[in-house]
Amino acid sequence: MKQLILGNEAVARGLYEAGCAFVSSYPGTPSTEITEAVAKYQEVYAEWAPNEKVAMEAAFGASLAGRRSFCGMKHVGLNVAADPLFTISYTGVNAGMVIGVADDAGMHSSQNEQDSRHYAKASKIPMLEPSDSAEALEFTKLAFELSERFDTPVLLKMCTRVSHSQSVVELGERVEAVKEYETNIPKYVMMPGNAKRRHPVVEARTAALIDYAETAPINRVEDGADHTYGFLTSSTSYQYIKEVVGDRYPVMKLGMIWPMPEQSIRAFAESVDTLVVVEELDGFIEAQCQRLGVVCIGKEKFSCIDELSQNIVADALAIEREVGIALEETIPPRPPVMCAGCPHRGLFYTLKKNKITVLGDIGCYTLGAVAPLNAVDSVICMGASVSGLHGFSKSQQGAADNKTVAVIGDSTFIHSGITGLVNMAYNESCATVIIVDNSITGMTGHQHNPTTGYNLKGDPCTKIDLETLCRAVGINRVRVVDPYDLAACDAAIKEELAAEEPSVIISRRPCALLKTVKHKKPLTVDADRCVGCKMCMRIGCPAISMADGKAKVDGTQCVGCGVCEQLCKVGALVAPKED
Amino acid sequence: METKNVMIVGVGGQGSLLASKLLGRLLLSRGYDIKVSEVHGMSQRGGSVVTYVRFGDKVYSPVIDKGQADYIVSFELLEAARWTEYLKPNGKIITNTQQINPMPVIIGAMAYPEELLAKMQAAGVDVDAMDALTLAQQAGSSKAVNLVLMGRLSRYFDIPKEECIAAIEASVPPKFLEMNKVAFELGRQE
Repeated sequence: MKQLILGNEAVARGLYEAGCAFVSSYPGTPSTEITEAVAKYQEVYAEWAPNEKVAMEAAFGASLAGRRSFCGMKHVGLNVAADPLFTISYTGVNAGMVIGVADDAGMHSSQNEQDSRHYAKASKIPMLEPSDSAEALEFTKLAFELSERFDTPVLLKMCTRVSHSQSVVELGERVEAVKEYETNIPKYVMMPGNAKRRHPVVEARTAALIDYAETAPINRVEDGADHTYGFLTSSTSYQYIKEVVGDRYPVMKLGMIWPMPEQSIRAFAESVDTLVVVEELDGFIEAQCQRLGVVCIGKEKFSCIDELSQNIVADALAIEREVGIALEETIPPRPPVMCAGCPHRGLFYTLKKNKITVLGDIGCYTLGAVAPLNAVDSVICMGASVSGLHGFSKSQQGAADNKTVAVIGDSTFIHSGITGLVNMAYNESCATVIIVDNSITGMTGHQHNPTTGYNLKGDPCTKIDLETLCRAVGINRVRVVDPYDLAACDAAIKEELAAEEPSVIISRRPCALLKTVKHKKPLTVDADRCVGCKMCMRIGCPAISMADGKAKVDGTQCVGCGVCEQLCKVGALVAPKED
Repeated sequence: METKNVMIVGVGGQGSLLASKLLGRLLLSRGYDIKVSEVHGMSQRGGSVVTYVRFGDKVYSPVIDKGQADYIVSFELLEAARWTEYLKPNGKIITNTQQINPMPVIIGAMAYPEELLAKMQAAGVDVDAMDALTLAQQAGSSKAVNLVLMGRLSRYFDIPKEECIAAIEASVPPKFLEMNKVAFELGRQE
C-alpha cells in the first residue's frame, strides 16, 4: 500500500518492519517524530530518556541483550551522546543497533549548524544518508542488517528537509529478529587491555565496509548523455542537483556516506571531464576526494553556510532559471515569539524590570531574548545556564550574586541542569537558579518528561518531584512561584537573590497550549480609561497592539492570563467575569 | 506531467499543516508522485511559516524556490506579500485579507505596509483575495480558515468536488467534519 509520510515516520516504519524491539530517545527538532511515530506500534517498546547519552546507552543495553534497538536525537544531541558512541564503536553489537541523528542545515530550530557526518568518520562508524521517505524506510532496515553483519552500530543521518518532508512510500511487513545474550568479556568490557585488542578489529571493519561500499546498491551512478560534468552527491543535495540538471549529466549518489567507496569514486571521476561535489554544510565528500587525489570542484561553488536549494545549485552552475516578482516594499519580519498566555512572559518581564543578568538555556524560554523583553544574556546548550551561572558567580567573587540567575526549563533541567546544580551546592555558589516548569517539553511539540508524571505512550508513571530533587542535592532554599502573579515573582526574585546561599525558584504554570489547560475569557480595553502609556506593550504579548493611541486586545489570541492587567496603572485592561 | 508547485504560507498556529495534509491526501489518491515539506519546532511559535507541496510524474526537490510556485495560498496578507517573489511569472496568489501584526509592528519598530493588495496587483501579481476569516466564522469557527482557502484553491484545480470532499472526510475528525465541509463550500463558491 502506498502512503504519503514524513521522513521521520518512514524511519519509524523501517524500525517496525526491521523487528526493532527497543527505542530510547530524547526529543529534538528535527528528529522528534521518529520516536513519537514508533511509539504507536504495539510491538516496539519506546521511551523518552532524560537525555541522549542515557538513550544511547539504553539502546546499547538492549542490543547487548539481543534485541534490535534504536536511539534518536538531533545533531547537538549526538554531542551529548558522543561518549558512549566512540566506545560502542569498539565493542560492536549483539543484535543490530541504529543511531538516528537529524541535522538542521539552515538552523530552522537549532543553536548551531554542525555537520554530523564528521562523527561517523571520527568514531569509525558507518553512516547511511537517505534522501526521501522511501529511502528513509529502506535504509533503516538495511542499517540493522549492516549492524549485525559488520558487528557495528550504524548511524542513520537525517536532516530537516528529509525528516520533515512527506513523500510516497510502499509499506512492508514486520520481521522479528531476536538474538541470545552471551557473556563476552574481551568484547564488551572496554578497559585498556581489551580495548587495545578491539581497535584493530575496528580498523579491519572499516576496510571491510569500504569493500562493501564499492558494490552496495545504495551507492549508485545514474548515467547522463553529457560527460563534460559529473556530480558526486548525497541526501537532499541529490534532489537539488537532479531538479536542476535532470538526466543530462551523470550523477553518483552516495547512500552510505561513511566509509566511502574509494575505487568507485575514482572510476566515476575518470568517466567525466569535470567532477563537481554537491553537498550541504561542510566539504566532507570533497575532503575524501582530495585524500584520494581526485580533483574536484566543491565548496568554492557551494557555501558551507545554510542549506542548499535548487536555485542555489542552479546559480552556482550558472544555469538560467525563472525569476519571480519582488515587491518594492519593506516587509516586516515575523520572528517566532512567546505565545499569548505563555507562563514564561511574566517571569522574564520581572527579571528585566530588576535588571538581572540571565544565563538562559534551550527551549521556548530562549525567546525571552527577543524584543521587547531582551531579557536573556547567553544561550549555549542544554544545561549550560546552571553550570555557566556557577562560573559567572564564582569568578566575580560574590559581586554578581544578587543580580545574576540561570533560567532553565523542567525537561532541560532533568536533561543536564541537575549536574550543574550539584556543582553549585558542592562548590558553594551563592546564586539563584530559576526552573521554568511548564509541565511539558514545549518547543519540540509537547513531549512528556520525568517531571510530568506520564510516559511516551501517555500512561501514568513515576513523577519526579523537582522540589525534593533540588533539596536532595543540597539546596536548602527552594520555593515555588506562579509566573502569572507579577508581585509574587518580584518578591521571590528579590528575596532569593539577597540570600547568602544557593537557591532555586520553580516558576510553575503549565504551557498555555496544553489541551488540559482551560483558558479564561479574553481581556477587553476600556478605551475611556486607557491613556495610551504602552505599559502593557512591554511584555511583548502578540495579542496586544496599539490602535489610534489606545491599547487593543486581539480576542482570537488572548487566553485571559491577566499579566497585562497587572501592569496597567489606570485599570483600562478588564478581565470579563467568568461564567 | 510537469511538476506543479503550491506554497501554503501563514503565521505559526493558523492551521496550515492540516491544509497541506488534505492536499497531500487528495493528490496521492490521484496517483501523483508528491513531496510535502513542512516546518516544525521554533518557527511554529507565531513566526512566519511555509509549507511546500509539489506533485507530478517525478518530484525531486522537497522545496519550492523563487520564481517556481504555480499557486501561493496565504493565510495572512503580509505573508502573501513576503512570498510573492516565489511565484512563477504566470502564477496566482490566493490570500486571506486578514492582517496579523508581527512583533516588530506590535512594538512600534516597523509599520504594517498599507495597501498591500493594490501594491501587489500594481507589480503585476495575479491575486485572488478574500475575507476567509469571516467565511470561516460563518461556517462555525475562525479555525476553519484553512478549509475556506482550500475550497478556493480547488476552483483552479481540475479535480472533481467529490474527490476533494473524500479527502476532507479522511483528514478531519468526525466532530468537525460538517463545519469543515461548509467552510470548503463557502471558499469554493464565494
